[in-house]
Amino acid sequence: MLNVENLSSGYGDIRVLHDVSFTVEGGEIVCLLGRNGAGKTTCLKTIMGLLRARSGSVTCGDVEVSRLPANEVPRHGIGYIPQGRRLFAELTVAENLEIGLMVRGKGRETRDRVLEMFPRLGERLNQRADTLSGGEQQMLATGRALCIEPSVLLLDEPTEGLQPSMIEQIRQAVTALRDRGVAILLVEQRVDAVLSIANRVVFLENGRSHPAIDAGELKTNPNLLHRFIGV
Amino acid sequence: MELGPYLILGLLEGLVTAAVLSLMALGLSLVFGVMRVVNVAHGEFFMVGAVLAWIIANAVDSHPAVNFLAALLLAPPATALLAAIADRLVLKRVAYDPERTIVATIGLLYIIQQVTLMTYGPDARPVEAPFNHRLSIPFVEWTESGMALYWPWGLGTTSYKLAVIGAAVLLLGAIWLLMTRTRIGLVMRATQLDSEMARAFAVPVDRVYAAVFGLGAGLAALAGVLIVPIQQAHYLMGHDPLLLSFIVVIIGGLGSLPGTVVAALLIGISDGMISVFFTPTLAKIIATLGVAFVLIFRPQGLFGRKGL
Ligand SMILES: Nc1ncnc2c1ncn2[C@@H]1O[C@H](COP(=O)(O)OP(=O)(O)OP(=O)(O)O)[C@@H](O)[C@H]1O
Ligand SMILES: [Mg+2]
Repeated sequence: MLNVENLSSGYGDIRVLHDVSFTVEGGEIVCLLGRNGAGKTTCLKTIMGLLRARSGSVTCGDVEVSRLPANEVPRHGIGYIPQGRRLFAELTVAENLEIGLMVRGKGRETRDRVLEMFPRLGERLNQRADTLSGGEQQMLATGRALCIEPSVLLLDEPTEGLQPSMIEQIRQAVTALRDRGVAILLVEQRVDAVLSIANRVVFLENGRSHPAIDAGELKTNPNLLHRFIGV
Repeated sequence: MELGPYLILGLLEGLVTAAVLSLMALGLSLVFGVMRVVNVAHGEFFMVGAVLAWIIANAVDSHPAVNFLAALLLAPPATALLAAIADRLVLKRVAYDPERTIVATIGLLYIIQQVTLMTYGPDARPVEAPFNHRLSIPFVEWTESGMALYWPWGLGTTSYKLAVIGAAVLLLGAIWLLMTRTRIGLVMRATQLDSEMARAFAVPVDRVYAAVFGLGAGLAALAGVLIVPIQQAHYLMGHDPLLLSFIVVIIGGLGSLPGTVVAALLIGISDGMISVFFTPTLAKIIATLGVAFVLIFRPQGLFGRKGL
């Protein structure tokens, strides 16, 4: 579904990603693991087209999205839940969702489904996004991305700063999406959480990717984890 | 004439100034709010609106009302188009970098001004108002038989000036509806809040910028068209309104529509009052002092938010 091949990118003259390659199939969860500053967020931003790919390609289905301007990438069904949520702070919950719905012209049905998944959002439709609690903000960031009915979903540390019950709710939402066939690329720091839901794991080390490893293999071979991220 | 009639006269003149100023300052504020561009050429779009109004009115050359209506309908969109092209050719090329856009719009200011001087010339030329009835305003006085109305000499306005005030109120309402009730407004607000995330949600940010720059210039041009029956079109007429717009936007708080309107009322009415009782120069001095105090004690403006 999502195919990243020899992708390189960076900021200005600084190269951050070097020849990163991996794939995510529909119905699986691939985790991107790496130390702080390894380039995980940079990788997701490059997939979204927010950073220009210097070389290599990103394809989604049959479409080479790395050739497109950034604002056309999400129209091909790539939803993005950025690190730190990045909600439109002064817009209401309903308006944030509306921005998501407009991406692929989705309407009431989609919105109702999202609100069913996160009923707390439905009770706060006219509340400004920056007045929501941290957990509610994460729900909204997730809901906003789901409003485009993505076939590929990129999540950047969705559980950062959340309490266990919220983390569990996010986890359930993510596995439910996987079971519906969505291709999920998850960036996560908490290794235990990763191993419990990921199908495969890709390590990023100083902007370079290692071949994907099955999550089962990591569980039985913890010194791999030690090697790449020092835990 | 007693004090009261003077006050009313000052208030009316001030409301006309406030009407024109609020439209113009709103354009400046929108452009800064959404694009983070300080548009030093904003006054030139006001001037272009007025000059185009004269050109269009002369080309149509029919009844004054028809001439003016044609100018009102054509000059603002033409100016908006010019601005959108300038956005694509200039501002986009400097990647909307805050400092470089200031230099770029200063360049734009001189280009527009000089091209106008070379084509339209140095003369100030009037456009006839579409209608211009003199309206005398009655005032009350106490006589032996009680309260009575009288018409003080010199207390009056014109139907056109009242129409300018009415038009500004309608236009401000329309812009408010556009920003808060339509999808275009929603997209503009989202771009203003986080342009990168807007892109990640399929907002064509480049086109939004061109549209906002055009809309801002269109509002300035509209103000120029409305003023030209009162003030005449001249290639240097953009300077004072630019200064006043900056004052309004600083006092009202950048990006705040209600703040812009309140500050325009404040500046416009005090300008009108002080000009009637003293001199217009004193009005400008006091407005500038007001800005200094706002910058010292409330740098985000009366209605602005901290950290904008
Ligand atoms: N806007 C930027 N300009 C220049 N360098 C940047 C920028 N953003 C990130 N970097 C650099 O790129 C490298 C990778 O950053 P990135 O945010 O992708 O890391 P990350 O793996 O997501 O880290 P974390 O786990 O802390 O979120 C870092 O060295 C960082 O300093
Ligand atoms: Mg990161």
